[in-house]
Amino acid sequence: MNRRDFFTCHVADKSRPAASLGPNYYSNGVFTTHEGKKVRFYDDLIKGKISIINFMFATCDKYCPRSIACLTQLQDLLGDRLGRDIFMYSFTLKPDEDTPAKLAAYAKGNGARPGWLFLTGSEYDLTSVRFKLFRLDDPLMDFSVDIHASMLRIINDNNSRWTSWVLPDPPKLIREVVSWVDPTKPFAVRVRENAELQAEIDRESAITAPKWANFRRAHGWPEVTTKYENPEGVKKLKSLLAARA
Amino acid sequence: MPGTKEKKRKTPKAPNGSDCTRRTILKTGAAAGVVTMLTSRKSLAQSIPTQPPDCTPQPTNSPATRPFIQALPIPPIAIPTILYPFPTLQADTAAGEAARANHQDWTQFFPFIQYSVSIQPAMHQFHPDIPPTYCWGYNGIYPGPTFLNIYGVPIVVRFINNLPVNNIGFGDNNHTTHMHNGHTASESDGFAGDYWSPGLFKDHHYPNVYAGFNAHPPLGDPLEAQHTYWYHDHRHSFTATNNYRGINGMYLAYDDVDTGLEIPGQGSQALRLPGGYGIYDIPLNFTDKLFCSDGQMYATAPDAVPAGDKFCVNGAIQPYFNVQTRKYRFRFLNSGPARIWTFNLFDNNGNPAPMTVVATDGNLLPSPVEIIPSSSVPTLQGLTVYVSQRYDVIIDFTNATPGTSWFLTNVAAQFVSNASEPEPAPGVQMGNVVMAFNITGPPLFPDQSQVPATLTTLPNITTPLANLFGTRVWNFNDFVAGAEGDPSNPTAKVFNVNGLTFDPNRADASIQQGSAETWLIRNRFPGTGWTHPVHIHLEEGRVLDRRNITVNPTTGAITINSQGVPPLEQGRRDVYPILPNDEVLIFLQFRDWFGKYMMHCHNLGHEDNLMLVRWDVTTGPSTTVTSPVYSDGTPNTGNGQVNSGAEPNITPAMTNLPPTFNLNPPGTSKLNRPGVNGSKKGVRA
Repeated sequence: MNRRDFFTCHVADKSRPAASLGPNYYSNGVFTTHEGKKVRFYDDLIKGKISIINFMFATCDKYCPRSIACLTQLQDLLGDRLGRDIFMYSFTLKPDEDTPAKLAAYAKGNGARPGWLFLTGSEYDLTSVRFKLFRLDDPLMDFSVDIHASMLRIINDNNSRWTSWVLPDPPKLIREVVSWVDPTKPFAVRVRENAELQAEIDRESAITAPKWANFRRAHGWPEVTTKYENPEGVKKLKSLLAARA
Repeated sequence: MPGTKEKKRKTPKAPNGSDCTRRTILKTGAAAGVVTMLTSRKSLAQSIPTQPPDCTPQPTNSPATRPFIQALPIPPIAIPTILYPFPTLQADTAAGEAARANHQDWTQFFPFIQYSVSIQPAMHQFHPDIPPTYCWGYNGIYPGPTFLNIYGVPIVVRFINNLPVNNIGFGDNNHTTHMHNGHTASESDGFAGDYWSPGLFKDHHYPNVYAGFNAHPPLGDPLEAQHTYWYHDHRHSFTATNNYRGINGMYLAYDDVDTGLEIPGQGSQALRLPGGYGIYDIPLNFTDKLFCSDGQMYATAPDAVPAGDKFCVNGAIQPYFNVQTRKYRFRFLNSGPARIWTFNLFDNNGNPAPMTVVATDGNLLPSPVEIIPSSSVPTLQGLTVYVSQRYDVIIDFTNATPGTSWFLTNVAAQFVSNASEPEPAPGVQMGNVVMAFNITGPPLFPDQSQVPATLTTLPNITTPLANLFGTRVWNFNDFVAGAEGDPSNPTAKVFNVNGLTFDPNRADASIQQGSAETWLIRNRFPGTGWTHPVHIHLEEGRVLDRRNITVNPTTGAITINSQGVPPLEQGRRDVYPILPNDEVLIFLQFRDWFGKYMMHCHNLGHEDNLMLVRWDVTTGPSTTVTSPVYSDGTPNTGNGQVNSGAEPNITPAMTNLPPTFNLNPPGTSKLNRPGVNGSKKGVRA
């Protein structure tokens, strides 16, 4: 047993939350960005970052345009965190067609900001990443290149938290999904957000509650404010308790 | 509690292949002083749940465990408490309650009985041969405490999220609880998008009333009684991981028909099924888990739940249960995440023994149904339990030989760890055995339980069936390349319903309260091998017809073949499995409450891939178009609607019911219940 195993197996160390699964888990193949740079998958793309990953190809025109438009809006919602701790990676499904130059044009056409990379590489490396990140354990789906255009994987390497979503959906919703991999916010912040959510629910209730009350009244059903009176139930309860005794 | 006491504490053996055991730690001596102090006091070490590091890669199989050496644990009963701060109609956000709408019918069904349940990390030992493992559970135990309730006695349960703030990897520390399939108001239903974070709590109001209480005051229609529920984590996108970690438990409800007592003198309406929780009325929570070589539950790839190779019942791997020669009631529950179980019972000679089903999804059947491999009806040759389904099963051990064992098996041979173990009975593979029943001897007092030939009558649905709003079509699809004819241009999402995936803020149908509809739930056609156990919240439904879709290989013509209603679906259900190429027509009512509810595939993996639908109960009118838009407002053009026939719009009310559907199944009711069919109390003009 080596030293590392000793600590990782037995020490409850709250100051050491970094629980990255490491390059062996994620694979570490070499990819080329749309800017022509060579990068390694774990070392350069995943390590210590929050990554938003999808697969696409430049000529996909039925489903992808809306998905990519959704990501374009998402990058605005990520604000200055895009390129700082959050990165977006769009891997090609068709490395034969999508050269770095083609991807660069595609990135430009979709208004990609720094921090959103379009990547290509060897078929082997691309498939390794796809299997690791999007595996459904169904050969029909896993070996189909095409169904992956709607899937989005979000990974925070610092706490090994993953989540996923599908495209396209409202960018605001996906922004919220991305926040799920963040470390849990301080309690005071969450209490404040909870109060804000309650205020929102109360605003909705102010519209629905009178409607519901009217509906009940129209049907002659008991008012919601009726005091709890349940002679039938009490009688039943008593008889049951008597039977038990 | 049989079982819990006699569990003998054993020093964990060095699990096979692991270089990281407690023993080696102790050997390292002074350098490990702190650790030694903790681990040498076993009870203390076990009481501190600490998240272990991830084990990679995924093990091919779990460590070997010996079968039948630990007794079946019985989850403890949930104990009422007095809540402080006192539960309120409005969410008490100042005291830390999670945001929610006001409780509906809070004053009408005021909950004097209060419970508090904390969702927290725990150490749980699944088997004496492997050390305790880190998991999450209600009140820090797995399975969670069992609620015992009586219809007419409303309760409130405070679910306190005490999950770790800094959790790593697998699972999510946000939580919401769904009491499956409680007749509860929307704000207490555990809607998948209404989760709350650590440190906050939420009060769920469970009025324990029958459906239809507005039309049948005060308690609703007693024929709508449901007796076996379970409650579980429902936080969307993480339901599989959080449930695999252990956040689920059972919730039983009794009334004057199913009293939970077998003694005579309870009144003629009492069924007197085998009774006494944990004695003759036994919950069986089935799941499968995968363990790493050091005995920790495999919980690594943070988004995926593994297929387990260890059969667990109530959190014990291949347990035994001591039984007397008499009748028992077992409450089978498949708590997921994905396995479909098919159970058979064998005696000590390897001969099949019958199991008698009295309730499906907690709803009494009109009359008992026997499961035996020699049955002429294929669906009754084994008890197939899809995820989240419940079956109340009576097993009669009266003629069993004391000193021998009977075996409950799962037909599919997927339990690889014990493959080398000898057969426990002739023809019974150890790898298939889920648990053993050890026959101890005759009961100490006579078995007074009975299994009446008539258990219940089904609610009369003639009137709502004649006033249906229409038939709503839900297509449960999964996309496969090329299905739309152009393999290079994908057009659909994976695991969708009507081409759409879940958005907590988008309702795909609005339904007027008090109305009735038929829903046609379809699997993808042509089928791709996925089965979807579809669960619908709020009310139980009635299966009107099951159909299989076939294609003539030469002409390509599509035929929809009505198969009628299988025996186990003739009662009321809340989970409707659709096999490949299948569709099912069900009748549903939407009574008593308003707000958002859900329908979803209860294969937890599919559910986490957003195969959920939100639908709302409103003051009306009901929407006539189902799933009209994407979440971003784009019209839903029916992408992914590879099924033939009706598109997701609502079709006119179906007047031609299948000939096999019988509105009033035979069987005379001995139950004269109040509030039903024009008896003195109840129905308002």
